[in-house]
Amino acid sequence: MVTHRAQNRSTFFYFATFGAKEINLTQYVKESNEDWTIVIKPQSGLFDIDFKELIQYRDLLYIFVRRDLMAVYKQTILGPVWFFIQPLLTTLVYAFVYGGIANIGTDGKPRLLFYLTGTVLWAYFSECLVTTSSTFTANAAVFGKVYFPRVILPLAKVISTLFKMGIQMILLAIAYAVYIALGQYSFQVNGYILTLPLLIIIMANLGLGAGMIVTSMTIKYRDLQYLVAFGVQLLMFAAPVVYPLSRFHGKMLLLLKLNPVSAVIETFRAAVLGGVVDWPMLGYSFIVSTILLLIGFLIFNKAEKSFIDTV
Amino acid sequence: MSTVIQIDQVSKMYRLGEVGSGTLTHDINSWWARIRGKEDPNSKLADVNDRTTMTNNEYVWALKDVSFDVKQGEVLGIIGRNGAGKSTLLKILSRTTLPTEGTIKAKGRIASLLEVGTGFHPELTGRENIYQNGAILGMTRREITRKFDEIVDFAGVARYIDTPVKRYSSGMYVRLAFAVAAHLEPEILIVDEVLAVGDAEFQKKCLGKMKDVSTNDGRTVLFVSHNLAAVKTLCTRSVLLSQGTVRDIGDTNQIVTQYVKLNADHMTRRIDYKGEGHAPGNDKIKVLRAEVTPELISIEDAITISFELLNLTHFKKLKIAFDLVNANEQIVFSTATDITINEREVGTAKCFIPGNFLNDDIYSVWFYAFTDEMTHLLLLKDMLNFEVIDKSRDYAYLGKINGVIRPTLVWETSG
Repeated sequence: MVTHRAQNRSTFFYFATFGAKEINLTQYVKESNEDWTIVIKPQSGLFDIDFKELIQYRDLLYIFVRRDLMAVYKQTILGPVWFFIQPLLTTLVYAFVYGGIANIGTDGKPRLLFYLTGTVLWAYFSECLVTTSSTFTANAAVFGKVYFPRVILPLAKVISTLFKMGIQMILLAIAYAVYIALGQYSFQVNGYILTLPLLIIIMANLGLGAGMIVTSMTIKYRDLQYLVAFGVQLLMFAAPVVYPLSRFHGKMLLLLKLNPVSAVIETFRAAVLGGVVDWPMLGYSFIVSTILLLIGFLIFNKAEKSFIDTV
Repeated sequence: MSTVIQIDQVSKMYRLGEVGSGTLTHDINSWWARIRGKEDPNSKLADVNDRTTMTNNEYVWALKDVSFDVKQGEVLGIIGRNGAGKSTLLKILSRTTLPTEGTIKAKGRIASLLEVGTGFHPELTGRENIYQNGAILGMTRREITRKFDEIVDFAGVARYIDTPVKRYSSGMYVRLAFAVAAHLEPEILIVDEVLAVGDAEFQKKCLGKMKDVSTNDGRTVLFVSHNLAAVKTLCTRSVLLSQGTVRDIGDTNQIVTQYVKLNADHMTRRIDYKGEGHAPGNDKIKVLRAEVTPELISIEDAITISFELLNLTHFKKLKIAFDLVNANEQIVFSTATDITINEREVGTAKCFIPGNFLNDDIYSVWFYAFTDEMTHLLLLKDMLNFEVIDKSRDYAYLGKINGVIRPTLVWETSG
């Protein structure tokens, strides 16, 4: 092991330099400063982030992702089928309430496909946000006992939620195929679909960034926790999930466009159901999401070090 | 031997009371002071950690200027009363919290048995949890796979390895957790009161493993325990913490003696009201003096309990007695004697308890006085307290030995 070798070298060095029993500790420490593998000191700067450590713990990330996927539906009969049932029922309810009762237009797109394309990415964002924002409070027991980079947990959630989103994508594909087979809609998927990885990254950034800010704050002020739970639901109406942007004009439209989630959902719809992409709006969305992630990460990193004293 | 942990002037301040709306103003004060490069106004207020006194102060130093070094391959004992700062120190060492001041430097991975089972997910099987717990402790999947059979074997749960751990007994749970941590091969292992759980056989295994880890592999163990027999047997050097500071560090036997003395300061080993008016008792009998000797009682020491009484009644023939009550409030025994004291005169009595008779425990003396016709004169509950401490053992089991008393008896064996 590397550390062992380093230690032996320092021992040798020490004996060679200072001889027998009198330990000149301060000098010894100064000489072999780089041999310390762990240095624990009071809270320092904002940018005191150990990326090397994150790489060391990559196996833990893998194991947490696996756990998230497996533990959720253990001791259920339907198991992973639940991944299908939830979004399917949600979409049907949307189609019934917003389409059927409220009669909000869908830009001429089939209702089911319209709502499915809206909710797939929205659900991903909202699940990332909600799970990340309870990172500290939900894992206080473990965090209080063992050290590992805390950010691994929200990262694992973002990745495992990706699998759920994948399954919803399959659902969307099946629904799409059914519409085409019945001759009710034509195949409209186009080149814009190549932006999908970017769209997912933006959603992950937003969910993770906002979630990390919220969870860092909830350590001391639990108020935010309650806010997030229904805030996310309200936020959905500030994004074109259950309605098209084309319904709005002027100030209202600008306001909706300021929501970084709007561009992602509109772009995805355009890619799957046909339409045009508003590139400046997508660029704005990407920049906002990156800044949010950075801020979230810094705040999280600062909070994780002493949260156990206040939680 | 080189130093593997260097603890330098470590302090930790805690805030007491509830976190609520008042918190925000304090936070803003601290933050504003930091920005201007001034000392945190709240930290000046902090008290030393003494749980018994009540102050209005919200801030308290759980640790204050703690410094010591740990050498490679040593098993260092950390002892102290509840509230001495042991847990806080361990929390800082295991990096679940940061010190307020000072630094700790260490070489190699630090794994703590504090976390016994906490990294476990109840829905996952033993196998899945071994991987997860190992990874939490910083192992790679390959390392765990390599050690997997050894871990299962050590924990003795081979049959249940594919059962969710929520169905495990608490013993199995702990065994599995210890096995993972012990096989992680950390350079520094923190063991906290692990002996309180598990059966004798498993304790033996754990202690064997700890010895093995330090002597054969040159790894370092920090051992925190209230079990003085275990500390005496395993550790050559110990640290005594008291009210958040290092009281002393050195040879374990000497440190344990100090620790017991410190405890004894909080007990009434001796009362002495000779010549004073407010001696305990009533208008019939007063206890002028009472004492337990020797000052420090090891399990093999004979104990003398002496009394000096003032008789204010006209009865000359009296009976005095005491109950010896242990920490579980069980009466270990009751003993009585006749004594003759003239009216308004003083009499003395001594009771001798042989060595190798009481178990290690904290005892309390409940004193009674009667007339020879058994008319009740006086009862003083908790008149004296003392502690009997265990000695180091040369066999593997280091847990508390069962029984209210622990007499050395005559055995005859053949075979």
